[in-house]
Amino acid sequence: MKNAKINVSKFNFYYGDSRVLKDITIDIPENRVTGIIGPSGCGKSTFLRSLNRMNDVILGSRAEGSVMLDGRDIYGRDVDVAGLRRKVGMVFQKSNPFPKSVFENVAYGLRIDGIKDKYFIEERVERSLRDAALWSEVKDRLRDNAFELSGGQQQRLCIARALAIEPEILLMDEPASALDPTATLKIEELIQELKKKYTIIIVTHNMQQAARVSDLTAFFMLGELVEYDITSIIFTKPSKKLTEDYITGRFG
Amino acid sequence: MARHAHKEKLIHGLFLLNGLLVVFLLAGIFAVLVKTSIPAFREIPLGQFLFSSVWNPTATFTKPSYGILAMLVSTFMVSVGALAIAIPIGVGAAAYLSDVANRHVREIAKPIVEILAGIPSVVIGFLGIVLVGPMIARIFGLPNGLNALNGAILLAVMALPTIVSLSEDALKSVPRSFQEASLALGATHWQTLVKVKIPAALSGIIAACMLGMGRAVGETMTVLMATGCSIKMPASFLDSVQTMTATIAIELGEVPYNTTHYYALFGIGLVLFIITFFVNMASDIILHKYQRVMK
Repeated sequence: MKNAKINVSKFNFYYGDSRVLKDITIDIPENRVTGIIGPSGCGKSTFLRSLNRMNDVILGSRAEGSVMLDGRDIYGRDVDVAGLRRKVGMVFQKSNPFPKSVFENVAYGLRIDGIKDKYFIEERVERSLRDAALWSEVKDRLRDNAFELSGGQQQRLCIARALAIEPEILLMDEPASALDPTATLKIEELIQELKKKYTIIIVTHNMQQAARVSDLTAFFMLGELVEYDITSIIFTKPSKKLTEDYITGRFG
Repeated sequence: MARHAHKEKLIHGLFLLNGLLVVFLLAGIFAVLVKTSIPAFREIPLGQFLFSSVWNPTATFTKPSYGILAMLVSTFMVSVGALAIAIPIGVGAAAYLSDVANRHVREIAKPIVEILAGIPSVVIGFLGIVLVGPMIARIFGLPNGLNALNGAILLAVMALPTIVSLSEDALKSVPRSFQEASLALGATHWQTLVKVKIPAALSGIIAACMLGMGRAVGETMTVLMATGCSIKMPASFLDSVQTMTATIAIELGEVPYNTTHYYALFGIGLVLFIITFFVNMASDIILHKYQRVMK
């Protein structure tokens, strides 16, 4: 694929003895939204977490095959994992702000990077909050504890926090699954805005959402990549029977 | 049916009785302390009792003096010194157990730390006399090592199990999602520990330290054996001191019954009771605040 940001080839992932991802080969294009759908337990979250090596923390896990990011294998021998994660940001299913102020949440990634310049941090925090479409709602509440925000605001705060360190890729693990429809809509609009600057990979349980937000869609099942194509094709004329059965709601 | 209801009521009553008994005991101890120390304050001006550093209840040629300030300062020095030693070590050990050690090490190390809490204080005091004391004497070139520093070191050892065990619980209860969020932003494990986990667990850690402090303030035998028993205002940690607890323990056995001296010792007990009560209450309040935030 031309302009592929990430090339995954023959990727396998194991938790202990169980193989949860089987020979995944997929190219993910730059500045597009790639949606990953599939029934629960199909490995879509594991796949997403393999792209920034968040699975490393799980004891007894093991990866095989390669994940090339801009031509370099992220599972290579002397990869700086912290550096990789600065390049590949992540937003989790359940919003997880730190028990700190709104401002400090967004500034966190900058501070751990050793940035001390107050004006730089202030400027970057404001820009990240604007990019996450949250600035107007929190600009007078920057010193409030992040837990005082609503659920949807907390999730956008987590997005702002991820944006603050200027990643190139944004991984989103069912970012709207715990939100009400209005907050979900806001996040979806935001994703459309963000793809101009970032490569976005979004796992979703909600097929309508995948159809609405993603340019390409990958269908996972039982740890295998069943089908991967332009979203309109996946949802209108999929080439595999399994995909058709899933998107028409025959199972899942 | 009816028998079940009776049984329920009986059990309910039994537990209620137990609960009330504890409250009653606490109130009773407080009442006895107050009642027995009141006569002391008829003789001794409260200002002298709290703010004079001369404790000489058995003076024969001059007027007896009942100032507890030197003891109060000694107790404070020994306890705060103990915390200054125990907090960095204890929190460090807790962080090691919760974040660095693998499961096997943790399963062995944590019970061992908790066993440390069960060592009788007289044994710790003994170690203070034969081991820590001579070491301090050698390092600082003193005739003997029975001083406030010795007491602080020993109390630190005694407060450690509480601090380690409760701090580790506090660090453990920090939601995993905070840790993941931090790692996903490119933080190292060390940064995550220092900037996210310890701040999130801070009130639990503070409560652990306060409980450790409560133990240190009330400890008697160890400080009696290891601090040199000298009631004068200490100028440094290398001076011999005598804490409030040690004074009560030493003098109560020999004091004539129902004398001002006798009542004054109960007065010291009352002051101690009030201090530990507030330390414990403060730690309880902090702990509750912490549990609410974590929900």
